[in-house]
Amino acid sequence: MIPAPAKSERQALEQSAEKADSRRGLLISLPSYLYLVLFFAIPFGIVFVYSFATRSRTGRTVLEGWNLDSYGRLGDSIVREIAFRSLVLAVVTTVVCLLASYPFAYYIATRRPAIRNVLLVLVMIPFWSNFLVRTYAWRVLLGTNGPISQLSQLLGGDEIRILFTNTAVLIGLVYGYLPFMVLPLYASLERMDWNLVEAARDLYADGWTAFRRITLPLSMPGVIAGSILVFIPSLGAYVTPALLGGARTTLLGDYIVGQFLSARNWPYGSALSVAVMVVMLFAAVFYFRAGAKNA
Amino acid sequence: MTHAAVSLSEVTKHFGEVVAVTGLDLDVADGEFFSLLGPSGCGKTTTLRMIAGFEFPTAGSIRIHGAEVGLEPPHRRPVNTVFQSYALFPHMTVEDNVAFGLQMKRVSDHEISDRVRRALDMVQLAHRASARPSQLSGGQQQRVALARALVNEPEVLLLDEPLGALDLKLRQAMQVELKELQERVGITFIYVTHDQEEALTMSDRIGVMSEGRLLQVGEPEQIYEHPTSRFVADFIGEINLLPATVIDAGTVELLGGHRVGATTGTEAGTEVTVAIRPERFELYDLDEAIPDGSNRIEGTVARRTYYGDVFYYDVDTPAGRIEAKEENRPGVDHYEHGDRVIVVWHRSAMSVVKD
Repeated sequence: MIPAPAKSERQALEQSAEKADSRRGLLISLPSYLYLVLFFAIPFGIVFVYSFATRSRTGRTVLEGWNLDSYGRLGDSIVREIAFRSLVLAVVTTVVCLLASYPFAYYIATRRPAIRNVLLVLVMIPFWSNFLVRTYAWRVLLGTNGPISQLSQLLGGDEIRILFTNTAVLIGLVYGYLPFMVLPLYASLERMDWNLVEAARDLYADGWTAFRRITLPLSMPGVIAGSILVFIPSLGAYVTPALLGGARTTLLGDYIVGQFLSARNWPYGSALSVAVMVVMLFAAVFYFRAGAKNA
Repeated sequence: MTHAAVSLSEVTKHFGEVVAVTGLDLDVADGEFFSLLGPSGCGKTTTLRMIAGFEFPTAGSIRIHGAEVGLEPPHRRPVNTVFQSYALFPHMTVEDNVAFGLQMKRVSDHEISDRVRRALDMVQLAHRASARPSQLSGGQQQRVALARALVNEPEVLLLDEPLGALDLKLRQAMQVELKELQERVGITFIYVTHDQEEALTMSDRIGVMSEGRLLQVGEPEQIYEHPTSRFVADFIGEINLLPATVIDAGTVELLGGHRVGATTGTEAGTEVTVAIRPERFELYDLDEAIPDGSNRIEGTVARRTYYGDVFYYDVDTPAGRIEAKEENRPGVDHYEHGDRVIVVWHRSAMSVVKD
């Protein structure tokens, strides 16, 4: 009889195998870590440090006399107003994207595989041209003399004056971020076991109830992922409001950029950025927690 | 007037060009354990899905206790289904899974908790009421699926290969459990399977399907002993199929001009196939006395295969190669390769089928 290896010996073997595994894992993920450190952790560290710095009278940032003055200004009424406006816009954008994307994602997920792929490519086609260019196109489309307004007048309606309003920003944001909602929704609906829906129908649920009790809860991971992917960039959006929004409707993104470029108050801009990031972090954690509970 | 639990008449289902089920007539009696048996693609699952309401028939009528339901959606039919994949809701506990149907029917909370508890007791899973389906073994999931359907006290329970995903031992145990359960609750079961053993051991009656048609309906013994078509004979169990020609009402001629007694029921001169189970043959020595009235044909043992409990003999005869099965009992002579033997069988053990 061959004696089994002593327990300690086997443990040692297992441990060294585990170590080799984790070493290989580290090696494979090294490029990602490098990328995150270089382009995220370090810049964010700089922003974080700057947020405690002082602004000289000429607008230079003085890296001494560390203080919390910039954070003190976060409670100003102007910041509260801008933050609230941005928050509402981001929430509305997310909700509109969700309502528009769900039926579409559902439709794609229930087609034959060949048709699915075609539809998915169609969803991604806008990515083939530059975001800035596409947003500019909306300026033409939404302008007072643009095609939408002209069509309205042709049909006997009024001139449409929505460019440079929050409505235009909303349209731009929904347009821009819709694919980010469709794709995760599709991914979770595509994995859906439709037998479960049949089972619910078999157990006396009508179509709507089966959707509400089975399909929707089981697609929550997609709803949550999509909502985060739309909400976070909407909250900090800069390009879309800058191109389609008006001067009177400053949003967080504009405001922060303004601190760096026009007001030359880097510490304040940095503090605002840190605050927005913290809020987003909390929002994301909250969302994922809610999602984990559902799954 | 009493109605059949389920009554299908002239039911046909097309999927585009494909004909899945055609001209199906079937009555299933109240309290019956009825199996639809056939190979995959024979239309048995489509038939079940039409009774459940997941598919609507292209033509024909489906009645449940006399009421036409052919075009009713599934939630308006008094039937429940046990799915092959169980289809338990992964985001609900066992208890909530079982309660789902009663909730949909707006049964009072008090009654729901009472009935759910009894249903879980019935399948011996009361202790896992708050578990998620993913935490249960395959056999346990299977029982939850049963409880979830039976708790609604459906008029008919539809089962789509419910034991297919279980391993052999568990499957055999569940066969017994299912049959006992069905007798206890007295609900009509329509059971779809491709496993002939399952169908034979559990069913009151079996319907054998092939290529969208119902070929034969009968009690397990009838189906096994007296198949009416070559397909049914061949699909169920092992069987010898020998080409033959009808001579008269009591005689057929096998290949090689050998005439044997049979109940033919067809015109003289018709080309037929005779079907005989391997265990219906007995082998005798050339000089042994043969019982009167038996059919006999001489042959040479080509191969003997040992299976422990039985021996299989391949015997070459003028009528073709015959496979015979003999129990491995003390006192029974065994033949070797090359032995000359007489193959003997009773005429009633032989079915004459046309195609």
